[in-house]
Amino acid sequence: MLTFQDIVMRLKVYWARQGCIVQEPFDCEVGAGTMCPETFLRVLGPDPYRVAYVQPSRRPADGRYGENPNRLYKHMQLQVILKPAPEDVVELYLKSLEEIGIDLSRHDCKLEEDNWESPTLGAWGVGWQVMLDGLEITQFTYFQQCGGLDLDVVPAELTYGLERLAAFIQNVDSIYEIRWNDRWTYADVRLADEEQYSTYNFEEADVEFVWKEFDLHEAECRRLLGRYGDSSDPVDRRRFPLLAAFDQTLKCSHLFNTLQARGAISVTERAQVIQRVRNLAVGVATAWVHQQRAARDEAA
Amino acid sequence: MSDLLLEVGTEEIPARMISGARRDLKRRFIDCLRDLGLEGGARVSVEATPRRLALFADGLPRKQEDRVVTLRGPSRKVGFDADGNPTRAALGFARKAGVPVGELESGADGRLMLRRRIAGRGTGGLLAERLAQVVLAVRFPRSMYWEGKGSPRFIRPIRWVVALLDGEVLPFELAGVVSGHSTWGHRRLGSGPLAVSGAESYRRALGDNAVILSSEERSRKILCEAEAILPAGCRLRKNSRLLETLVNETEFPTAILGSFDPGYLSLPEEVLETVMLVHQKYFAVEDGSGAMTNRFVAVANSGGDATGEIQRGHERVLRARFNDARFFWDFDQRSTLLERVEDLKAVTFQAALGSYWDKTESNLEAARALAIALGLNTEVAERAQRAVRLAKCDLTTEMVGEFPELQGKIGGLYATAQGEGGHVAHAIYDHYLPLGAAGPVPRSTAGCVASLADKLSTLGGMFGLGLIPTSSKDPLALRRAAFGVIRIVVESAMPVSLNRLVEISRAGKHETHLHSYLLERLRHWLQTRGGFSADVVQAVLAASDAVPVDVLSRARALAAVRTTPDFESLAVSFKRIRNILEHAEVAGSIGAHELDTDLLEQGAEAELHAALQSVAIRIAEHNARQDYEASLREIAVLRPALDRYFDDVLVMTDDEAVRRNRLAFLAGLLVKLSTIADFAIIAPDPAGKKRR
Repeated sequence: MLTFQDIVMRLKVYWARQGCIVQEPFDCEVGAGTMCPETFLRVLGPDPYRVAYVQPSRRPADGRYGENPNRLYKHMQLQVILKPAPEDVVELYLKSLEEIGIDLSRHDCKLEEDNWESPTLGAWGVGWQVMLDGLEITQFTYFQQCGGLDLDVVPAELTYGLERLAAFIQNVDSIYEIRWNDRWTYADVRLADEEQYSTYNFEEADVEFVWKEFDLHEAECRRLLGRYGDSSDPVDRRRFPLLAAFDQTLKCSHLFNTLQARGAISVTERAQVIQRVRNLAVGVATAWVHQQRAARDEAA
Repeated sequence: MSDLLLEVGTEEIPARMISGARRDLKRRFIDCLRDLGLEGGARVSVEATPRRLALFADGLPRKQEDRVVTLRGPSRKVGFDADGNPTRAALGFARKAGVPVGELESGADGRLMLRRRIAGRGTGGLLAERLAQVVLAVRFPRSMYWEGKGSPRFIRPIRWVVALLDGEVLPFELAGVVSGHSTWGHRRLGSGPLAVSGAESYRRALGDNAVILSSEERSRKILCEAEAILPAGCRLRKNSRLLETLVNETEFPTAILGSFDPGYLSLPEEVLETVMLVHQKYFAVEDGSGAMTNRFVAVANSGGDATGEIQRGHERVLRARFNDARFFWDFDQRSTLLERVEDLKAVTFQAALGSYWDKTESNLEAARALAIALGLNTEVAERAQRAVRLAKCDLTTEMVGEFPELQGKIGGLYATAQGEGGHVAHAIYDHYLPLGAAGPVPRSTAGCVASLADKLSTLGGMFGLGLIPTSSKDPLALRRAAFGVIRIVVESAMPVSLNRLVEISRAGKHETHLHSYLLERLRHWLQTRGGFSADVVQAVLAASDAVPVDVLSRARALAAVRTTPDFESLAVSFKRIRNILEHAEVAGSIGAHELDTDLLEQGAEAELHAALQSVAIRIAEHNARQDYEASLREIAVLRPALDRYFDDVLVMTDDEAVRRNRLAFLAGLLVKLSTIADFAIIAPDPAGKKRR
């Protein structure tokens, strides 16, 4: 039987063979692999790119203290970006499933309409949820807009839910029963995270402190974006830390999720806070496109 | 005759859009044929699966008809001199047309002309130029681009195109794809590319490669197989929308029977159905008595399930979903609906109108006012109050968080579980009803009041803010809320006036807007659900639009008697009276005159007066009992007296005092007899058609 890590490694090898850079996880808290610079910033602009990486994705409100067999505070996504989307992208994806031992001719595989939208990132796309015997295992999206910008080149984004896929392949009813390797289970590796972070997000997080943190990261991001707008020297611009500004955006996004799980944001406030994060994301995306274009022009 | 096969191969088209795309492609193709002069007798059909739109056109003409066009030049007199030699004018015309001057003819109008035959173009060339445009024009609710910014848009990427006219490839490019003669089978059960030579070989190739092109056939396969695998005595719970979705989500559907732990049947059926039908797209299975069983039917896009893996997979997912639902149920019982009232302060209803707690307060006020307006007894009024107090509390539950489509129903179910009593629980359960134009209204008075209170306070709040919907913009679904109000008061026969409803809604300075908005919905109800003709509706509303349910009673009565012969001619007399009065008004000869019975002439006038007196008394009695049909029959009795009156009496006589008295008499008659409907509005019915 394929273990959790076998599945991850086989998929990485498969996508490496398709010309993908195999990246390691991004080192900020994110809610989804889409938010990492390897996706969010790389899909902008005209340059081709192919990348695959596993991204632990934190969703504070989804935690269940490790008691629910299907829900996690932090789950693992395998994120694949193919830019531009090749003509046979759906087939490439289906073959990746066969690579991890799923004989699709003996299963019920459907691509059901599911359009994706992230208001905080100013991003949306159209696509499907891939249903395998009634289980959603992957989100497949053709990006159309990111950071509020129409994309020059349309990438395909494949987001595999690795726990679901592993539970399916190993035929277990609970995520915690997944064999991580021959010796340890998913519970052995991750149960403590689920218990402790659920407690933190729902009970312990200091609302005032988290708000303060949010405000600080927002201010830092805005300060940086303002400084980028002020600079005119080409070298200064090339070295300007927009990537650091984007880190601040991601921090805000995660802190927003934490506040929401903690029940500290009323529905009225919610829309406003989303707008604040979105402003940062759009600001970074716009500046990033500008910075990249300037670099290309300089090289030419 | 020529036959066309066009197949647009795509990535998976959303199921909900496929039927529309079939119709739209067919229509646009036929329009295109007409536009090109190729429509003569072609049979066009379109089939679709998630991965292809296939158009067949048989019996196309091979080419356009030849046409003759006529070019007109100068007159013959100008073109040729007296000796018959061409002038510069004729030479110039011939040169421009590119013919020798000898080919010019004279037209009947004396001008020179040239008839030129234009050969019709071949069908193939014409279609090759136009087909891409036809396909890309097909409408989808949301389209995408997949090449680069500015590239063509379609619902999903187009990956191949088959275009064959009489077996020959029609060469063109569609969104970057060059047409050819190769199609593809089912993604996993078939193969490709598959070369085809025409409609027949195309259908065969698909059949051999696990694609059932006909949606009717896919539908049949699903139903037949389901029938065959169900245990004896069980049947599918029919759901045509689910069936259509599954038909449009599969190229080779196979029905698979699954089951779940019967223990889950203790969850409410609403929850089980939502999980199975909406989330998992499974058919529920019921036994002979209609009760839900612990079976379900999934439809796989696959050839079969020899090892039972597909069945086990679907069962596992369903188990997880039901487990969640049970968890939510148990978790939610930790606090009662009543304990959740305070939590509503954190749930926004509308930015300017506040939270659902605020909304509940205004709903309570509206319910109180409704109870008074409807004269409800204390018991019912209190039930309604209790229901309204609790109705929104399920918004704070985990269950509604997971299944938002069940809001209201969950509240009702929880109320039952928490011992609220059937009347209150039902009222909460029903308080979003009616949902559509035809769905049921709440089953009890308390439920009607709870629903009316919710809708009226929403309407009043939104109109009060000036958020008045237009025909194209109604994001808050106020039209549906207003129609719901009308449906409830009319269909549940609640004797309350529009004015009172508007007053209860508290629309502030926009009260008149809301009044006319509700009136418009009432008119719509009468014509659509009521089935009354436009003139009947207009006539009863003209008499009075005060109380909707009373309007309905009068419309019924009027529709019942309007086709009787006496009634038709009464309508004519009423029009005549109306005309006389209007003319007199223009001439300034109408004032506030009391009828002076001494001035009535013996004979027809006095007789009509006497008849009217006794009829008016009986009408008042009938009307008091809302027996409007009896009243209308009374009015019909007046016909001979009215006819004689117009035969014998000259209203606009020269004697001013008499004239004024007669006008006053007619005006009074019109008022007395127009309490049910304004008969002058009733259209004559020359064809004698039966109308309501």
